[in-house]
This record gives sequence, structure tokens and C-alpha cells, in this order.
Amino acid sequence: MTEFNFYSKQDLTFLLGIRASTARQLAAELHKIPDSSIYHHTHHFLQRHHFFTPEPSNDLALWAQSGLNDSTLGEKLASIDIIQYHSIGDLRNELIRILDEHVAGSDNRLTAPAGLEFYFMSSQTYVFPTPFRVKTLREFISALQHVSVSSLYHHMFDARLRLGRGENDFSTWFRDMGHGPLADEVRALDPYAYTLENLRRRMLIMLRPYDRS
Amino acid sequence: MTVLEDYIPIVGPTAIDELRILAHALNGRSIQNINSTAVGGGVAEILNRMIPFLQQLGVNARWDVIKGNERFFVITKKFHNGLHGVPVEISDEELDQFVEVNRQNAASMEFADIVFVHDPQPIALVEQRSSRGGNWIWRCHIDSSNPLERVWSFLERFVRQYDRAVFSAPAFAAKLPIPQVLISPSIDPLAEKNRELPEETVGRIFERFGIDRSRPVVTQVSRFDYLKDPLGVIKAYKLVKKHADLQLVLAGGGATDDPEGPAIMEQVEREAAADRDIHVLFLPPASDLEINALQRGSDIILQKSLKEGFGLTVAEALWKSKPVIAGAVGGIPLQIRHEYSGILTHSVEGTARWIKRLLAEPEYARRMGQRGREHIRENYLITRHIKDYLLLFLSLFHQGDVVQLS
Repeated sequence: MTEFNFYSKQDLTFLLGIRASTARQLAAELHKIPDSSIYHHTHHFLQRHHFFTPEPSNDLALWAQSGLNDSTLGEKLASIDIIQYHSIGDLRNELIRILDEHVAGSDNRLTAPAGLEFYFMSSQTYVFPTPFRVKTLREFISALQHVSVSSLYHHMFDARLRLGRGENDFSTWFRDMGHGPLADEVRALDPYAYTLENLRRRMLIMLRPYDRS
Repeated sequence: MTVLEDYIPIVGPTAIDELRILAHALNGRSIQNINSTAVGGGVAEILNRMIPFLQQLGVNARWDVIKGNERFFVITKKFHNGLHGVPVEISDEELDQFVEVNRQNAASMEFADIVFVHDPQPIALVEQRSSRGGNWIWRCHIDSSNPLERVWSFLERFVRQYDRAVFSAPAFAAKLPIPQVLISPSIDPLAEKNRELPEETVGRIFERFGIDRSRPVVTQVSRFDYLKDPLGVIKAYKLVKKHADLQLVLAGGGATDDPEGPAIMEQVEREAAADRDIHVLFLPPASDLEINALQRGSDIILQKSLKEGFGLTVAEALWKSKPVIAGAVGGIPLQIRHEYSGILTHSVEGTARWIKRLLAEPEYARRMGQRGREHIRENYLITRHIKDYLLLFLSLFHQGDVVQLS
């Protein structure tokens, strides 16, 4: 029987020393920055502000709205459906496409005031095991109620996109355990649409029919 | 003595367990903090709390203070002002003297596996790394977003020799050939300035200052200098006063070495003398209890800064679940998401408008204050600060975007 060990993670934030004041500069830098920076700016908000409802989307959208004062661009960037992208490279291309399209042929000269520029960052993630190790779905349900939001985040977000595993860790394990339909159900979930605590609740509801196994 | 377990009711047991995991991963490596003063100032304050906590986690951590004469500290004060962008004159001879004092200190020091140097005063100790080895980190606690060229180019010679440079806000990062890390400062929820207070204590302190708690109170706690804009706060208060009955409290230390300080003080006092509902409180340095009570007993907290390092008074007020209206400068936008966990403003008029609105909508203000508290719990308490330091130390020995600790 396959065991599932819940892992958790913590991030250290690096400053790249690069800033952008306009949408054009933002697009130009997005070509050059490392994958870890793309991931940071599209994901760290989810964990840092995880108690907010409605969930803020990503750093770039927030900056377009509050730094650049360009609500149209902000809305376009906020509407990116991250769950549709299976690699950070694809996500980068989409961000650049939206920015290029927005500034192309327009006389968009909006500039963020000093102090409100976009500062590029990246993060280094440290992953470590937690004491929660489970062998059955019933044990899984019990553990899921207690693991930290960082653990939930690691298995649902990092695993799929940052670690390039293609899907979240929970679905992979459910499938290994012979629960294909449950695996597909969790895989189909858009975790970006929830706060982390609501994501935990949603998963517990999905798992309720399996509480006897 | 405060122990880490005391924070479990605030941050939960997992946060403390994770600190132990990260500390264990350091494999017994020794860490030496070095700064230039054992008492007074924010750096000494945080090290006084941080070192015992690191030791409780089993980390071999210590703290050394460099020695310098009066002249040395005159020179380093110039560095401090120069990093803030204040014009200063520094001679080549002073720069030589600065390096010489660092060399004298280095001669009598033993260095640990990780040397963690705070602020510019001991920065030149890094000259020793070529002969004495070790891993070196420079932590800049100062707003260095717009430094004087002469000061920064001198300091940069040394910064480049470190393994990591650490800054408190994204705007402070520079173009450097070494990795730069963002670590924000923190507040201690169990310190005198932030701990829970009985309602009677809050009431007694308001009474002592002659502030009427039956009417709304809007408070700014900060030094009386131009950059904290106390006169702008008074203007905003006057705009609101036309429509609402409220009191304004301006509380803080006396004028600093800001040359415009005395003139601003004089104007603030003149305004206060003409309006009994403006309370100007000059608090001596050891007034943490009074500040705590003033923040807790106020209806709205302002931090209408024009320029700010990080602005920890915002975190202090949010931790007390207070609705905060603050200038969108320095580290303040990191602490407040506009209209969710507080209000960011850019003008006197905007500040006045939001004071009016929050006084009229106490339920909205209360919800915002609660979200603010959660944001501080997650991101700006001392436990997060310890976690970041442990990750910083680990980063010296681990490459790659994702590091698996066993």
C-alpha cells in the first residue's frame, strides 16, 4: 500500500534589483527574468494573502491597477486562468502576449510614480516532511484537517507547476490508490478560485463519500 | 523570559515546529551577529529578542558589538544620512579612518561560520574574509532607495564582497553582483508595546492624557518631523472636524536631527493650543505601554508619512485590529492592501475623506482592522522574521529554486 507523506514548504524571497515603471518595460523584463520569478509573481500572493476574500490574483495585475493605474490591463492580467497552463514557460508567454497586445499600436504612456514601480523578485523554496503520513483515505481525511496551509499549497500548487509534475500530488496518490474518479475530480478543481482554507474545506467535502475506506 | 512556546497560541504549533526543522537543517553551524550598539535603536532591539530565540531553537548564535570612538560614529552617522539621500560631506581621510577602525576591531575578533553584519558601521570587516574564510551576510536596515552616490559607491566596494545583501523593502534593492534577499522587519506581539491590555489600563491612560473616550479618537504615533507630516494630519483633521465631532492625538518623541524639526514642532503646538480637541503628547523613550494603550483605545490610526523606511507603527496598529489610514510610501504598501486591510492615501484630502468614511461606517472599519490583524499574523510577527533568517542562513549552502530538506 502506497504511503502519502505530507510535505510543507517555506520560501525565501530574493530581490532581482530590476524594476519597471511602464507596461512596455514590464513586458521587456518578463522575457529575461528566471522562471522562479514568474512563479513568484503569479503565486506568492495566494499564500501571503490567503485569508482574503475575494482572492487577489497576482502581483502583475495588482501593480497594473494600483501602481500603473491602468484598470484595463489590471483586469486582463487578473483574468489569466493559471490552471490552464502546464508550464511556467507557457504562463510567461501568455503574460507577455497580454502586455504586448495591450501596448501595441496605442499611445499608452502610463508610468508608475516613483516608489510604486514594479520590483522583480523570485523565491527559493525549502521543502520538508511533516509528521503526517497516511496509508488510507480515512487517514488522509483526518490529516488534511490538520496540515498547515503551506502543506496544502505545496501539494496543490507547487507540485503541478513549479515542480512540473503535471498534476497535484493528491490526485496522483488517489489514482495510485485506485480512486481514479476522485483523482480526476480533484484534478479538475481550480485551486486558484479559492482561499486556501476554503480549498481545504472543498476537498474535505469531495472526500466525504470516501470516509469509510 | 519569553520562550518560543509562548507564541504557540498566536501563530499555532506548526509554525514553531517548522522553525525547529529549519534550525536543525543548519547542522550546528555557528552564527555571529555584529553591529555597533548593544542598546538603543531598532537593530539592538531586534537582536535582543532574536538571539535568545535562535538559541532556544538549538542554533549556535551569538552577538558581538564593534567598538569605535566618537569620530568613528560621526562618520557612520554621515553614512546613515547619506543612505537616506541627505547631503553630507565626507573626506577621504574620514573614509580611511572608518576602514581603520573596522580593521582594529577585526584584529581582536573570532569569526563564526556565518558572519551576519548589520548596517554600515561594521561593513568593512568583510575585508577579512579572504584570509579568515566564512560565509558573510550584510543586512541593511536603512532606507537606501535613494542614496548619495559618494556614500553608496564607497559602501558598495564592501557590499560586493559579501555572499548576500539583505534589504527590508523591494525599493531598497540595488544593482549588485551578489544575491539580494528581502526580509521585512517585524513586531513582537508579546512585547510591552503590543501585548494585550486590560480595558482598565487603556481607560486609565486615556484619562491621564485628558482624552475623552466617549467621542471618536483619531491617532498618529510618530516622531514630530517633516517626513511624518504632522501638519498634514492636522489639516486632514480640520477638514473632517467641519462635519464630525472627533479628537486628534499626535503622540511621539521630540524633534529629531531633522533641521526643520523645531519649526514643525512650533507649528504643531500652535495648532494644538487653538483647538482643545488636538492632543499633542511628547512621550519619553520608555513609553511602550502608553503607545500600546493609545493605539488600542483609538478609533482610527493614521500614519500619513511622506517617506518611510518600513513604518512598523502600521503593523503595530493593524495587530491591534485597528483601521489604519496611511501614506502609500516605503514599506507601508506591503502592510496594507488598499480597502481590504487598511487604506492607502496620497493627499490630505484623501486622508480626510477616509477618516470621515470610516467614522461613519464603523462595521466596515472593524472588518478591515480584523483583516489587517490576520495579515500581520501571517507576515510581520517576529516568528516570521526568525523563519526568514533561518532560510537566509540555509540559502548559503543550498542552490536551486527548490531545496529538499530531509
